[in-house]
Amino acid sequence: MDKTILDKYELVVGLEIHAQLLTNSKIFSADHTTFGVEPNTNIGAVTLAHPGVLPKLNDRVFELAIRMGLACRSEITRHNYFDRKNYFYPDLPKGYQITQDKTPICKGGKINISLKNGEKRTIRLHHIHLEEDAGKSMHLQGTPMSFLDFNRAGMPLIEMVTEPDIRQAEEAAAVLAEVRKIVRYLDICDGNMEEGSMRCDVNISVCLKGAKEFGQRVEIKNLNSMRYVQKAIEYEFVRQITAVEKGEKIVMQTRLFDPQTGKTEAMRTKESLTDYRYFPDPDLPPFVVSDAYLAKVKNAMPALPSEILQKLQTQYQLPEYDAGVLSDSKELAQYFELTCSFTKTYKTVSNLMMGAVKSYLNENNVEIKSFSLKPERLAEIAELVESGKVSFSVASKELFLAVLENTERDVLELAENQGLILQDSGDSLKPLLEAIITKYPDKVKAFQKGNKNLLGLFMGEVLKASAVKLDPKKTSELISQYLQEAKV
Amino acid sequence: MFDSLYTIRKNLDSRSITMVEVVRHYLQQIDAQNHILNAFLEVYPEEALAQAAQIDQKLEAGTAGKLAGLVMGLKDVIAYKNHKLTASSRILGDFRSQISATVVEKLLAEDAIIIGRQNCDEFAMGSSSENSAFGAVHNAADTSRVSGGSSGGSAVSVQSGMCLAALGSDTGGSVRQPASFCGVVGMKPTYGRVSRHGLIAYGSSFDVIGILTKKVQDSALILEVMAGKDDFDATVSSLPVPPYSKLLEMQKQPKIAYFGNILESKSLNADVRNAIMGKIDFLKQQGFTVEAIDFPYLDYFLPTYYILTTAEASTNLSRYDGIRYGYRSSNFTDLESLYKHSRSEAFGDEVKRRILLGTFVLSASYFDAYFTKAQKVRRLIQQKTNEILTKYDFILSPTSPSTAFKIGEKASDPIEMYLADIFSVQANLAGIPAITVPCGQDQNGMPIGLQIMNQHFAETELLAFAKYLNGE
Repeated sequence: MDKTILDKYELVVGLEIHAQLLTNSKIFSADHTTFGVEPNTNIGAVTLAHPGVLPKLNDRVFELAIRMGLACRSEITRHNYFDRKNYFYPDLPKGYQITQDKTPICKGGKINISLKNGEKRTIRLHHIHLEEDAGKSMHLQGTPMSFLDFNRAGMPLIEMVTEPDIRQAEEAAAVLAEVRKIVRYLDICDGNMEEGSMRCDVNISVCLKGAKEFGQRVEIKNLNSMRYVQKAIEYEFVRQITAVEKGEKIVMQTRLFDPQTGKTEAMRTKESLTDYRYFPDPDLPPFVVSDAYLAKVKNAMPALPSEILQKLQTQYQLPEYDAGVLSDSKELAQYFELTCSFTKTYKTVSNLMMGAVKSYLNENNVEIKSFSLKPERLAEIAELVESGKVSFSVASKELFLAVLENTERDVLELAENQGLILQDSGDSLKPLLEAIITKYPDKVKAFQKGNKNLLGLFMGEVLKASAVKLDPKKTSELISQYLQEAKV
Repeated sequence: MFDSLYTIRKNLDSRSITMVEVVRHYLQQIDAQNHILNAFLEVYPEEALAQAAQIDQKLEAGTAGKLAGLVMGLKDVIAYKNHKLTASSRILGDFRSQISATVVEKLLAEDAIIIGRQNCDEFAMGSSSENSAFGAVHNAADTSRVSGGSSGGSAVSVQSGMCLAALGSDTGGSVRQPASFCGVVGMKPTYGRVSRHGLIAYGSSFDVIGILTKKVQDSALILEVMAGKDDFDATVSSLPVPPYSKLLEMQKQPKIAYFGNILESKSLNADVRNAIMGKIDFLKQQGFTVEAIDFPYLDYFLPTYYILTTAEASTNLSRYDGIRYGYRSSNFTDLESLYKHSRSEAFGDEVKRRILLGTFVLSASYFDAYFTKAQKVRRLIQQKTNEILTKYDFILSPTSPSTAFKIGEKASDPIEMYLADIFSVQANLAGIPAITVPCGQDQNGMPIGLQIMNQHFAETELLAFAKYLNGE
């Protein structure tokens, strides 16, 4: 579509992010929450809504939800009760979902995001509420049968609802990335979108730039990757503008995104709002968050990504960029801090981690958790770089690989055995430099007179002639100094 | 001998009878009477006899539990593991429960024997036990008359001596009203005194498991065993359970109130009024303070009760959808018709009526006008009731405005039927304990019940006073 047309419109997006809480048992029963087991194995009488069973709250869900609220600076609701949301669907065993309609555990709050161009934005949260998940329905193509798996039914969820503050597809993905980072840091949720433990519904509308009112919104349900969220919004933005330009009316709809085609398709059209007949669940007494309870939750709360970011900059004096990269995941930051407990060469450790370590992990698809190199080994490598015995580039390549292959051996010994130690004393260079003066007297003279471009030529000669690894930076300094003062 | 656990136990301890013989006695009674009374839907003879043989051994060894000697029935809304559970409805089909109610576990642990499953109004909705998918229950005092309901099968089983005690459920009087119609003792504990785990839900904030016996003393002992906190029910109180059966002597001369406006009401049957007034006069003669007071919200009892219970029921019964268990219509083409046909074919009229009512009062456009308002009125009734109970120890009233009516007599008029609960719903609205004890008969020889209510968790005093009134 013509960019001038697109530019007339503004995108308006709000997200509903569901995150499965990391508890051992379900929100209202003792049934297990293990992922990936055979269908219909984590199901007892409560999950299946047998006659006579009652919900019993797993208190842990409040602790985890409150962590999220504190991380987003939400207001924590003190007097909580649960509501029944009534609707019929085969994967909803009770015929109602227990949720928090009137008293969401967290009200307000915000998510801070950074965009690729360095711009920072704040997206406001409307609320965070607790609820139980439904089971899964599977409709096999080509058969009239539907299959039901109730393992997921009764799994604890928080649903985070943002205000419609998002104006670009990239921002939506960034919000999800930030939420995932927070839930992982705080042990709230494993954040594995491909396993469905984090899912996202997108509410999207378009309006003319500067318009007072938003357009009719459309909901795209159940997106399970950040890329899909971004693609779905990009597609839907153009689709809605195309429709509006043609004079069509956008209807209130639920749509699904097809990753194969990259398009969204209508699932159902909501004629009117469904009446869920919400009312307080009489089976569950109110859950009261006391000052003491809130203090307990605060005290037990792991560090926030922003706190770690700050710590890396102050305690370890890393530049903001480094701190950002290293605090991208809790595990990466922990590895860094652990390494730094063996060495004071923080910046070198950071450089090694942002370079060699990260590319190794990426290329080999290894998580930092299962990285075979021990932090003390990385610290030893950093020490060798710092002391000038090994160049940074050698440390990042040859030495790094050698240490990975011999994780138990002494790093210095390895470097020596493999001839990776820098021969950096002026004395050892002297014969090579004397040879250059003999070979290029004119050029050395020119160099002394200010033609610094010749340094490259001398460097090449020296490196070629040297039998051992040289630190390029140091070598070039030595060459420069020696030749400058040489008598030709 | 078969009227009280105390006597049965004495005979067991003196070896003048065995537990197996006790069970045989009840099985014979069931054989002789149940085909007429239709009180039991299912009887467990082999199991009961096997349990009895074990209890005989325990009696011999001196290790028998508190309730050894007790043969009881369960209203068909209380779960008993590996036994059928149907709520007297077709919707549950051949459903067998995978769990036992907490109360059942506790009673079995003290060597009670469960002899069978008892008929009732479908999903405990009704006041006559005519709303059962398996036929009406007949009153043993006159088999052309209803048993009352919804725990009619349980009341008649005790009345006719087919078992010694029964557990029913009481949402608006479903234990007390049939107990009154059948001339037995019916006890509704405080809401939250007894776990609801394993009780099929009707109105969750009203439902209480209650006890039907001939003697108050037996109710006290059974309550003592089955009350108390439970990990499976978050609404149960953790207050300690007193040894009720050992605290049955009145500690002081109680001060008693009764509602003058109730006893003057025209809808009250004259025989019932006379019987209750007679009891009041008797108490006055005995030197008790008995005072008539007016209760301002009488007219709101039934509307409040029916709005709130049907609201809760409409969603409590959503789980019966033909998907995971129970009845599924074979007559469906898609998901919606599966739901519609299964539920339309298998639920009875009264259940459908209450689901519709409840769905209506919860709908967004009427929620505030009905549900919210009813909740406010419920709070007012609670406050007023509590206020009275700080001045008086007990409130006396008839349990029901009439005695057992003819089967079919009120079946066509639901409103008339709802009036049968007018005096009993107050205890459920307020959550307080209440008990009915027999109080004479009407001119047809049908039993009349006297209801006593008192403060939350004051079962000790309630039982002691009821025992006195029951002449034990």
